[in-house]
Amino acid sequence: MSDPVESSELEVKARRGRNIALALGLVIFVILVFVVTLVRLGANVADRAI
Amino acid sequence: MAMTAAAPIAAAPARWQDFLLLMKPRVMSLVVFTALTGMICANGRMNPILGAVAILCIAVGAGASAALNMWYDADIDAKMRRTRGRPVPAGRVQGADAFALGLTLSLFSVMLLGMTTNWLAAGLLAFTIVFYAVVYTMWLKRSTPQNIVIGGLAGALPPVIGWAAVTGSIPLNAWLLCAIIFAWTPPHFWALSLYTSEDYEKAGVPMMPVVAGAASTRKQIWIYSLVFAPLCLVPALTGLGGWSYLAVAALGGTVFVTLAWRVFKSRAGDAADPRQDDGLYDVKVGAKDARNLFAFSILYLTLLFATLLTEHLLHAPTLEVFR
Repeated sequence: MSDPVESSELEVKARRGRNIALALGLVIFVILVFVVTLVRLGANVADRAI
Repeated sequence: MAMTAAAPIAAAPARWQDFLLLMKPRVMSLVVFTALTGMICANGRMNPILGAVAILCIAVGAGASAALNMWYDADIDAKMRRTRGRPVPAGRVQGADAFALGLTLSLFSVMLLGMTTNWLAAGLLAFTIVFYAVVYTMWLKRSTPQNIVIGGLAGALPPVIGWAAVTGSIPLNAWLLCAIIFAWTPPHFWALSLYTSEDYEKAGVPMMPVVAGAASTRKQIWIYSLVFAPLCLVPALTGLGGWSYLAVAALGGTVFVTLAWRVFKSRAGDAADPRQDDGLYDVKVGAKDARNLFAFSILYLTLLFATLLTEHLLHAPTLEVFR
């Protein structure tokens, strides 16, 4: 921690990693909601009275 | 309170892995395993994609409650060898960040489980999170030696949630899986606490060996084992488990009771623990019996659920003495 440049680089690297993880998490959540909606909607459409 | 003690100045920048550690991945894997067993044993029809999402939601819900636990318990964790390296007490993650993660993931996991399966399962998941984070962590853990007995309900509910996710109901067999984990928890945790009681005492956590003494704890481990081992046989009578389950439950139960008897007759937990390291399995000779019971309890529960899972996947014949 004595070298401010090295510390800053560490922080930037850690922040980038956190941002990528957060972005991935959000993208996965959106995909999950989309897929779940498709599957549930599909089942309801298939089961509808004709 | 934990909020003030849980916010040391960050020692190093938080990596994404630190946030993953907040969710106790090893506990999450156990939750996934028991919830999956509940889902398979339910013998219902479910879209495999929805089933996978349901398992993910239950796992994330468990991880969220673990993050809330780590936020609130940072002051205790900092005093114990086993837990002082966790992200919050080590200063890598701020307490407020752990709280935000736990709260956000709780909401997301419950809502998504409700959308994916049904609101009974989602309600049970919400109850489990609140029970673990509020009832156990904030209240029971610091106030009574019965903390892990009552708090054990949170760890026992995942198979019930899994069952409810598939069928939308909770029959007797689902509660039986819950009861098995519930009765397993005290001998399992007290065996561990017999050789880590110095840590709990230092942190001011009223675990049974700290409050009632080692001899009383050993006796209670023995009594709970006498309840737990026969309880494990019941699924074979209700049609939940088959012949192989009966064999595993009977054989493993015998070993479990034998190991519990050895703990009862031992002097485990009587003297101060002189360990210098953090290993759960590196204990002094006197506590070897407690360590053996702790290790076997994990193996036995895993074997019981793995056998049930396998039997239901293979549609093995069951006894079905009564339903």
